[in-house]
Amino acid sequence: MIPGLALLALAAAVIGLSIGAFPVTFDGFFRALRNFWSGDLPQTAEQRVLFGIRGPRVLAGLIVGASLAGAGVVYQGLFRNPLVSPDVLGVSAGAGLGAVIGIFLSLPVFAIQMLAFGGGLATVGLVYLIAVAVRGRDPTLVLVLGGVVVGALAGAAISLLKILADPYDQLPAITFWLLGSLASVRGGDLWNVMPAVAIGLVPLVLLRWQINVLSLGDEEAKSLGVESGRLRVIVIAAATLITASVVAISGVIGWVGLVIPHIARMLVGPNFERLLPAAMLMGASYLVLVDTLARSLGRIEVPLGILTAVVGAPFFLWLLWRGRHGWS
Amino acid sequence: MIRINRRSFVAGASMMMLARPAHAARTVTDSAGRSVELPDRIDQVFAAGGPASVVVYAMRPETMVGWPRALRAEERPYIAAGQRDLPEVGLLTGRGDTANIETVLKIKPDLIVDYGSVRQTFASLADSVQQRTGIPYVLIDGRFEATASSFRLLGNIFGAPERGEALAKYSDDLFKSLDTTLAGIPEDQRPRVYLARGPDGLETGLRGSINTEIIERAGGRNVADAQDQRRGIANVSPEQILAWNPDIIVTWDRNFHDKVAKGGDSVWQGLKAVKDGRVYLAPTAPFGWIDRPPSVNRLIGLRWLANLFHGARFPFDIRQDTRAFYRQFYHVDVADSDLDTLIAWADGKPPSIPARR
Repeated sequence: MIPGLALLALAAAVIGLSIGAFPVTFDGFFRALRNFWSGDLPQTAEQRVLFGIRGPRVLAGLIVGASLAGAGVVYQGLFRNPLVSPDVLGVSAGAGLGAVIGIFLSLPVFAIQMLAFGGGLATVGLVYLIAVAVRGRDPTLVLVLGGVVVGALAGAAISLLKILADPYDQLPAITFWLLGSLASVRGGDLWNVMPAVAIGLVPLVLLRWQINVLSLGDEEAKSLGVESGRLRVIVIAAATLITASVVAISGVIGWVGLVIPHIARMLVGPNFERLLPAAMLMGASYLVLVDTLARSLGRIEVPLGILTAVVGAPFFLWLLWRGRHGWS
Repeated sequence: MIRINRRSFVAGASMMMLARPAHAARTVTDSAGRSVELPDRIDQVFAAGGPASVVVYAMRPETMVGWPRALRAEERPYIAAGQRDLPEVGLLTGRGDTANIETVLKIKPDLIVDYGSVRQTFASLADSVQQRTGIPYVLIDGRFEATASSFRLLGNIFGAPERGEALAKYSDDLFKSLDTTLAGIPEDQRPRVYLARGPDGLETGLRGSINTEIIERAGGRNVADAQDQRRGIANVSPEQILAWNPDIIVTWDRNFHDKVAKGGDSVWQGLKAVKDGRVYLAPTAPFGWIDRPPSVNRLIGLRWLANLFHGARFPFDIRQDTRAFYRQFYHVDVADSDLDTLIAWADGKPPSIPARR
């Protein structure tokens, strides 16, 4: 199943690379490839499109999709709840607030991305501190409630800034950012994001067995010798790091982290060791395909957040209707 | 608790009585076709939003009660001393209202002016505000084409027809000279223009939207044409811009201009406009030259753009024409150093980006 999904992701990437507003012929494609290889010839327009725009964008789609779906799997397992997504602890709301502050202050793009990244991490950190401070209750419940509350606060702050922002200049920029897009992704952005994603993935891969145990519940985990408290911190930190870093370059993209883990679970079952790679590959394929749709539906981009919901919501309803949650 | 409520109710109700024009001396028909009763004298005017504030300021600055948002430091030198420190009073345009209607009542303006779209939504909003406050509310057509007639209508409303006529004449003359010269320039000789908005330059106004109508008016062709009924602001991909390969890029975003001008982004470097050095930055003080807000402040940008697009066919002496426009519309004799700032700005060397407040 996993190799098949890898092939699917590859196919999605090829489709994404071959579709776009700028016409690239096969001939031009190979010429660009040759040029790229030898390096010293002048850049052709095709080369610029393939390696400067479309390539990074497809790569970003793969990374962002894989990261959101992977984080979704982790969160759903951690909270033993099929309805949570990476946003549950307020990553997206916090990142959104950071980005909106950046746009409001008319900062350059890189500063906006850094603020989004920092905002996402800080929000989850705050939620975690709240959970630590409130003792004697079910820790997951406190975490989720804390996430809802802090997320709502961040949402309120975003609304306030939207009201204060210049309606002819900043407000459209804010709206577009909150709907998510890969349009502005450059090669350089990927280099900034990939290390953080890799660092976040390492503990998830190393601790895959323990995470499996964690999804059975704290009591069971304890009887199997897994200390759930510390493990939870590490896993939340890792998943948050991944989500915050990709959201910083893509803006808020919903649904991928909610729907893809479900489909993956239907396909490969609940075993985290197989579920994580399956969900990441499917998330990557899904986002690349949806993004290709977003930039080829017309001359004007359709924001990704809209398309992922339009495609994802009916599918999710269909899953509910079929009654096969594939949970546990 | 009840007492306070009752008291504030009585206060509010009596205020509404007071606010009602004592003797509605005359009736005008605004651009939306609404009949509005106006008092004889108009001394205090509440501008409902950014575009309205510019047009009211140009028309009769002494009537202004405030700005939709306080002026920034870099904008202050270009506004007459009497209006520089007016308070921030917010927006009343139905889109993210920030003005409190009780605050409006407290200010007790003789008139509320909105300048922009006169569609049904805004007409009904105007009716509702007028009904609740008892303050007459006029809607003025803010389309570029309507500039002259809107000035005349405003002159009539403000009881200053000569002033309205003078401003109308300026825009009439400008539009007529543009039309005459443009008639001799066939469509395929007009430059293809991309208007870049937002910090990454990927936001643009579609052809036909109020944000980009200045491009066509100045004799350019907007590349961002959705070829359907869509208007307004949209996001486009860099690839699409590369496919359009515009001759000219216009922006007022300093971050974006800075990035492209310094060659920091290889994607933009491949564009014809960038290679030819035809990426232009519009000044935004006290108001934007090409947009932000879309109001009569665009008239100076129109001259500037027509000259950039077509060179000597549209003569433009940036020093003299800017000074004249700022004197006539903004009531300031721009100091030489401030004029130099503007000229350098229009040449791609803006003052450093200030903190927001």
